[in-house]
Amino acid sequence: MSAQDFSVARSTRMHRYVLIMGVLIVAALASFPFWAQVSFLRTMVTFFTLVALAQMWNLLGGYAGMISVGQQAYLGLGAYGLWLMGDVFHIHPFVSVILAGGLALLVALPVAPLIFRLRGGYFAIGTWVVAEVVRLVVANIQATGGGSGKTVISAARLPIDTRINGTYLLALFVAVGSILLVYFLLRSRLGLALTAIRDNELAAQSSGVNIFRSKLYVYLISAFGCGVVGAVVAMNLLRIQPAAAFSINWTAYALFIVVIGGFGSIEGPIIGAVIYFTLLQSLSQYGTTYMLLLGVIAVAMATKAPRGIWGIVTKRWNVHLFPVRRRLVLEEPPEPQGTTGAGAAGPVAEAS
Amino acid sequence: MTVVLETTGLMKSFGGVQVIDDLSVQLNDGEALGIVGPNGAGKTTLFNLITGVYRPDAGRVTFKEKDITHLARQDRCREGIGRTFQIPKPFADMSVFENVLVCAAYGRSMSERASYARCVETMELTKLSTKANKQAGALPLLDRKRLELARALAGDPSVLLLDEVAGGLTESEVEELIETIKDLHREGISIIWIEHIVHALLAVVGRIVAISFGRNLIEGDPNEVMCSDEVQACYMGGTPV
Repeated sequence: MSAQDFSVARSTRMHRYVLIMGVLIVAALASFPFWAQVSFLRTMVTFFTLVALAQMWNLLGGYAGMISVGQQAYLGLGAYGLWLMGDVFHIHPFVSVILAGGLALLVALPVAPLIFRLRGGYFAIGTWVVAEVVRLVVANIQATGGGSGKTVISAARLPIDTRINGTYLLALFVAVGSILLVYFLLRSRLGLALTAIRDNELAAQSSGVNIFRSKLYVYLISAFGCGVVGAVVAMNLLRIQPAAAFSINWTAYALFIVVIGGFGSIEGPIIGAVIYFTLLQSLSQYGTTYMLLLGVIAVAMATKAPRGIWGIVTKRWNVHLFPVRRRLVLEEPPEPQGTTGAGAAGPVAEAS
Repeated sequence: MTVVLETTGLMKSFGGVQVIDDLSVQLNDGEALGIVGPNGAGKTTLFNLITGVYRPDAGRVTFKEKDITHLARQDRCREGIGRTFQIPKPFADMSVFENVLVCAAYGRSMSERASYARCVETMELTKLSTKANKQAGALPLLDRKRLELARALAGDPSVLLLDEVAGGLTESEVEELIETIKDLHREGISIIWIEHIVHALLAVVGRIVAISFGRNLIEGDPNEVMCSDEVQACYMGGTPV
């Protein structure tokens, strides 16, 4: 058998424009601290944390099939991690934000093998139980301020401009970082396994994919990401309370965003976060009506378009803004010398 | 002749139903073995026990003189047991090439880049090259079956378990598939093939094991087995003479 010449293409010309657009958007967002109002900057921090949170949740639920309702465990730990590193160990708060993610990861390490024994709905409940346990433990430790929590003094003492602008840029960095993290992860060999697991777990296993290990990596990365998000939220609010930091609402936001935006894609959580954030900004003063509206939207999307808005877009136009796919380009084999086979045109490689 | 894969005294029940009842099958190195039996005889369950989808209640699975009864599924694939599923299970949202790539990279514990060539080769062998970038979930049946074959092969197996790969295909498609499987066998891969389309089986295998109610019924030369009273009785009804 003759080995055919080939190459594997990953991105197309469109992706170059997407990259340019992405860089322009991020640059525009990064310029906000120079001219925007403080209240606006603080609101945008919320948006960025939602994007990052949704990306982390989608990595777990959308790709690795682990529907967690307990990611608030790592958010809360990240928030307390910021206080621990900043106020107790006197590390600069901006550095502490990243270290806080590490703390969440350390806790996730022994938790993972425990809850991986559970499947489907049981897994979801298990993650919630873990989150509640962590909340109760933290709320009952005197040193962490018990039920009334702590103020992050190291962050509060920063000059106000440094704190506001720094937190904004940090949040932007975390949001962009979460997108890039998922992107590079999906492009990697691990991403290949994750996509396979998403499509068919048994077939993935029969193909040699170690599902436990793949899921473990993803769970740890997601815990780290959620920890960093929690630390950024705490940076923004300066006040940490166990009831708020470990609130299941965090996971509910993430779930809502991913469900409306699009399950199992990078674009989905971004779109979902924009929609959720717009609804939050424009309608939240209506209280109960607003919550009802969110519920109706979530139910409608889950039943009518289970893959969310981005799912509809990809189904119709087959576009992927992020080049995570692998496209095989076969070169036409060289014509053998001296063949007389008229009309024996070889198969033409698709080259568009 | 060396035995490459062997099951000894396998037992498996689901609820109160004994699906596999003291089943022993031997596959010699380089052999093509056919397995026949009526619906519910336990053929697919046998494959599931060999590949680790289920654990047997009793008995052993030995591969290359190594006891693999309790080995994880993915490790059995890496050891060199490839299988196709009776109902194709493609990674539906991935392309054909990506499907094969998963198996070439993970089935052989190699890097992605080092697996590209293997994929091209496997797709050529299974006549999928022109469909490399098609979405796997949108393929017609013959190509889904080919993809099952391609994925099993990409992991570079020494034993291939085929579960009704010819089922549901047209006559000419079956002929094409037979040629492909013959090619694989010539390359030295040992094969166990479960198939209801008897003429396809007879064209390839050198020995047949017939099973019924999870037990060994009869085995030996393909034509003799198919004509035997035991097999006739168990397919057509009536009592064996």
